[in-house]
Amino acid sequence: MSAAMKMTLLAGAMALLAGTGAAEAASEADYKAAYAAAEAANKEAGALRNQWTTTASTLAASKKAADAGDFDAALAQAREAEALAKASIFQATSEKERWKDLEIR
Amino acid sequence: MMWRVALPLATAFAVSLLALAPITRAADAVNPEADKKAFQKFFTDKFPKVKFDDFVNGPYSMNEDLHKQWEEKEQFPPYEFSLEAGKEMFSKPFKNGKSYEDCFPNKGIGIRQNYPYFDEKEGKVVTLELALNRCREANGEAPFSYVKDEMAALTAYMAYTSRGKPMDIKIPSDPRALEAYEKGKEYFYTRRGQLNFSCATCHVQSPGERIRAEILAPALGILNAMPIYRSEWSGMGTTSRRFTTCNSQIRGVPLSPQDDEYRNVEYYLSYVSNGLPISGPGARP
Repeated sequence: MSAAMKMTLLAGAMALLAGTGAAEAASEADYKAAYAAAEAANKEAGALRNQWTTTASTLAASKKAADAGDFDAALAQAREAEALAKASIFQATSEKERWKDLEIR
Repeated sequence: MMWRVALPLATAFAVSLLALAPITRAADAVNPEADKKAFQKFFTDKFPKVKFDDFVNGPYSMNEDLHKQWEEKEQFPPYEFSLEAGKEMFSKPFKNGKSYEDCFPNKGIGIRQNYPYFDEKEGKVVTLELALNRCREANGEAPFSYVKDEMAALTAYMAYTSRGKPMDIKIPSDPRALEAYEKGKEYFYTRRGQLNFSCATCHVQSPGERIRAEILAPALGILNAMPIYRSEWSGMGTTSRRFTTCNSQIRGVPLSPQDDEYRNVEYYLSYVSNGLPISGPGARP
């Protein structure tokens, strides 16, 4: 491996580390924004009559972590809850036609 | 020359399009009678050894050993206490002197097979559980919980007075009734919850198979045995309890008992089981 390549790899690794460091420093504001987005998505799933129990439990876990002052965990859980809510929305939307594939005819 | 070739080709294409069009319309049209025939045929073809009337025994109809278990269970049925309580409750007058008898045709005896029905005045499906609570409220009594205890006892007694009578659900010639039926069908086949299951995933695709320690019941006749004593619940449960717990088991947030979706799916499932005898109250593992 050439010296130039080593330098490039080192620079890449440093950049990654720096990026990770920034992500770890979650603030209360980060958590609140992520939680609001997750709640909004779950509300949309509710309008489609298709909420998942796991979205609710993940939202609750996010709030619990925030109440304990652990905003890293709270942010991660809120993002997870949003992903779950979005998946339930996708499911409800795609099933509007797909249910017919299962029908006994 | 070119016209000679092109014209017949165009005609053939147009004819083939016309031929396809009615098929598409027929497939989309709501035809409960055809649905019922196809539904019942699916199960009788899948389980040729199971007698038609035996489908109402759910998992106990699926193999000989389970059937023997059911016969033994019926010697001392676990729903008996609930049935006795229901009989007593049913004949006891409300505070205003009236009773359940005054709310139902034939004084509520032997009518279970006609529920749910489509109420053309309300424009919605009315289930037996809903009719019972409406009867209570109309007579100044507080409604019962839809999922167990008193409601299970009352429906157990009413089902018992209809035992052996074939399910007889009517779909009046009212577009709203057909819509309710179709929405019930859609609910039945729609996947939901994080586990991505529909009612049909278990009760059409996998009856007779195990899901963990349970043997899945066929959808045909599944409501004829309601309400049921479930060992898993250590008690009685209504149709409402069955629907809401099915939803939560697949990690979906259940709707409220007697929401339109549940009323509609009960209408659909009961209609496609027309002709099968009422066997409730039932017992399940």
